[in-house]
Amino acid sequence: MSASLTLNKITAQKGITIAEAANRVADLGWTPSYVQEAMTFPTDYKISKTPRDPMKQVLRSYFPMQEEKDNRVYGALDAALRGDMFRNVEPRWVEWMKLFLAIIPFPEISAARSMAMVGRLAPGEELRTGFTMQMVDEFRHSTIQMNLKKWYMENYIDPAGFDITEAAFGKCYATTIGRQFAEGFLTGDAITAANVYLTVVAETAFTNTLFVAMPSEAARNGDYALPTVFLSVQSDESRHIGNGHSMLMAMINDPSNHQLLERDLKYAFWQNHAIVDAAIGTFIEYGTTNRDKNKESYAELWHRWIYEDYYRTYMLPLEKYGIKIHHDDVAAAWDRIVKKNYVHKTAQFFAVGWSANFWRIEAQTEKDFEWFEHKYPGWYAEFGDFWKWYAKLSVPGETNILFNSDVGYVYPHRCWSCMVPCLIREDFVCDEVDGKIYTYCSEGCRWTHKVAFAAEYEGRATPAMGRFSGRREWEDCYHGWDIADAIKDLGFVRPDGKTLTAQPHLRFDAKDMWTLDHVRGHQLGSPLRGFRALSPIEREVAVADYRKGFTINPCH
Amino acid sequence: MSAQASAATAEPSVVKSGAAGSAVFPGSDSRKYNYFEPKGRKATHYEDMTVDVQPDPERYLLQDWIISFPDGTPTYSKDWTAAKSSNWHKFRAVDQEWERTHYQRQSTICGMVQNTIENGRKSGAPARFDPAWVKILQNHLGAYKHAEFGLGTSTMQAQRYGYTQMVNNAILTNSSYKLRFAQDITLYLSEIALDIPGFDVNAGKQHWLEDPIWQGVRKSIESVMGSNDYLEQYFATNAVFEPLVGELFRSGFLMQAASAQNDFITPAVVSAAEADYERNLANTVELFHILGTDAQHAAHNIALFNKWLAKHAELALDAANHLQPIWSQPRVKVVSFSDALAQAKNRIRGIASELGLTVPASLS
Repeated sequence: MSASLTLNKITAQKGITIAEAANRVADLGWTPSYVQEAMTFPTDYKISKTPRDPMKQVLRSYFPMQEEKDNRVYGALDAALRGDMFRNVEPRWVEWMKLFLAIIPFPEISAARSMAMVGRLAPGEELRTGFTMQMVDEFRHSTIQMNLKKWYMENYIDPAGFDITEAAFGKCYATTIGRQFAEGFLTGDAITAANVYLTVVAETAFTNTLFVAMPSEAARNGDYALPTVFLSVQSDESRHIGNGHSMLMAMINDPSNHQLLERDLKYAFWQNHAIVDAAIGTFIEYGTTNRDKNKESYAELWHRWIYEDYYRTYMLPLEKYGIKIHHDDVAAAWDRIVKKNYVHKTAQFFAVGWSANFWRIEAQTEKDFEWFEHKYPGWYAEFGDFWKWYAKLSVPGETNILFNSDVGYVYPHRCWSCMVPCLIREDFVCDEVDGKIYTYCSEGCRWTHKVAFAAEYEGRATPAMGRFSGRREWEDCYHGWDIADAIKDLGFVRPDGKTLTAQPHLRFDAKDMWTLDHVRGHQLGSPLRGFRALSPIEREVAVADYRKGFTINPCH
Repeated sequence: MSAQASAATAEPSVVKSGAAGSAVFPGSDSRKYNYFEPKGRKATHYEDMTVDVQPDPERYLLQDWIISFPDGTPTYSKDWTAAKSSNWHKFRAVDQEWERTHYQRQSTICGMVQNTIENGRKSGAPARFDPAWVKILQNHLGAYKHAEFGLGTSTMQAQRYGYTQMVNNAILTNSSYKLRFAQDITLYLSEIALDIPGFDVNAGKQHWLEDPIWQGVRKSIESVMGSNDYLEQYFATNAVFEPLVGELFRSGFLMQAASAQNDFITPAVVSAAEADYERNLANTVELFHILGTDAQHAAHNIALFNKWLAKHAELALDAANHLQPIWSQPRVKVVSFSDALAQAKNRIRGIASELGLTVPASLS
């Protein structure tokens, strides 16, 4: 027998090529002539060129490939349990997963829904298969993440917070920020939402920090489950990035689209930065116990994934098509992370508001301080005392840090656009839209609400563009409520009916845990209500005062 | 500083283990999703993966939907269907699909279909197909694949509009099955074309677009695709088109006639779609049964579904009747059109009766 004889060679028979298969499949569509296709979600863009499918994959190979990926994921979860992963996992890390995994399944399934919106818009059917696969991928992501969360709930020391997960998603101030991200995928102008915001910016740029950088940190904290699930999720993203780019290329040659593309690239980048960097930056920097000085900080990761990978290699080449790239925003986002401590201020805010959370946050310690100072010089001077206060006030019986005037923290305004609080005080702005005053964390967010989400953009009618709606200031929902009653209403109380789901520490002993009685006696209030009640002159003074910031008092 | 506070500012107490059961404290045994009412005594894995992932201001969505369309319509709206429900969250998909079960099933089907085609081709089967049958596969199975694709794109569109995750995911998996089957047929025909000289893989589309036999089907499919009501699309697909036209052509013709024309491959390829449909039908009947027996809106819904049934049944019946000549084309005749149509009518009557709907006179 010849040494080169293989089973493949014996059994192989002539088949059709991949390109031919893709072409045949793309020919399944037709232009209806008896009845017009259903009204789809509108767009102000013009799409006259047929987008190409860069992946050229058919469902026959897609489903077995995905099943194989699943087998690896579920096998790894079993292996993690057999290897007693949870004995060594860092609770500091898993606690943040209660927040992250409460948010992420909804953005994922929203992306599946949004494929309906782009599927009908593109001429030709070639990219339809790509959109179909993305739809099923996103269904995969949403339910595989719900499964991971259930797995943590069943196996981690403290399941409280996982057990209420989707109810918590609906009510928490932090998860609403994630919902802004998700609703942005599927509401308003179909191309703005499902193409530019979702695939061109969120998936091409920010999934790298979400689904690549974060799993690395999970592994450093003894959590092998998150990497196995999320790197598998990320492996689907390349297809989505291809879909997004192909659709973008089908529009970019038409100069009448450039104005809208410039608007949407700017809006999507800034809002992804404001939302994703706040959340993922906090999880990576403050959810870890690993303080290896050789590992990359979030700022360094951002530079690699967002600046180099997205901005320099993806966005800049768009200029050759005549698109004006928002270079200043990229520089401003970088400054916010590196010079203005955006991530640190977000983590600080999460900690101040711990009692209204549904996960535990423990204090940062000396070991953490040293790492932060090494990576972010000047960190200790600004945040060291705060975390000392946090540790000190983590004992039941102390005054809740949210209301403790000894600390010196001043509760922030909420940004009407990204919904993260206005944490970089010097960047705080306000403006009037449709006769009402709103507050914003930055000029980029002010522009997003007032200029981008409007019926007209630079003199051009934009009838398909979405609008901000709902009760966007969380604090307003509980204005005048005692915080204990608000926590009860949120459902963030453990099954005994009195112990808070959130705790400001990782002490797993009933005697150390805060109850409703420990926090009762303080009222929540809406900063915006007070701000709107001011006269224009008073408001000007308030803005100037807010921009000056605050100083945390020394903690002895 | 109190003694307690002093303890807290020191390094936090070392946690020996992050594993379940390593400490007992309030909530340490709360290991089930507790925010929804399971359909049965205990929540199924599907329910845990699905329920409440798409939120609702009437349940937990404190701050309401936060982006709207320019006319003020929120991200999800009950107004996207004329059907009404006193509880949109009641529905659970009968097939209980979540991602893992979906990929396992789809992948198994892909393997089954590919193995059958490969082994059939290896044994030289396509060359032995009866020549008249080859023409039928080329022209009519080739045309029919576009109907499946139309239903796939229609349900892909519809899965955006449902008011709950359970409704939308059931429609999404329906779409996934239809689009896979449309591709299964496409690739199957392309592959046997390699073994059958003169086989024209483009003929199917031409028949779909121009052949009078297929124009009723195309009109029926385009009417499903053209509906602005996502539940009408879902209803028309599974409660009307599938039993009257889809099953009629697949089971009532291809599956029965093929073997007599020396073709054992086509029935295996097509059988996957029949099994897909059983699941999609079960989900559809469950949803429309819930809506048709709704405590507040039953009468409204039944009247609406009767209207949809009458509209789409007329189109589908016309489509079915136009297909009649195909039954005469095989050299060996195994099944008559009238028997197959009687079976199809019987099937749709059964579905309508299950849903408490009035069967149009034309189907009696």
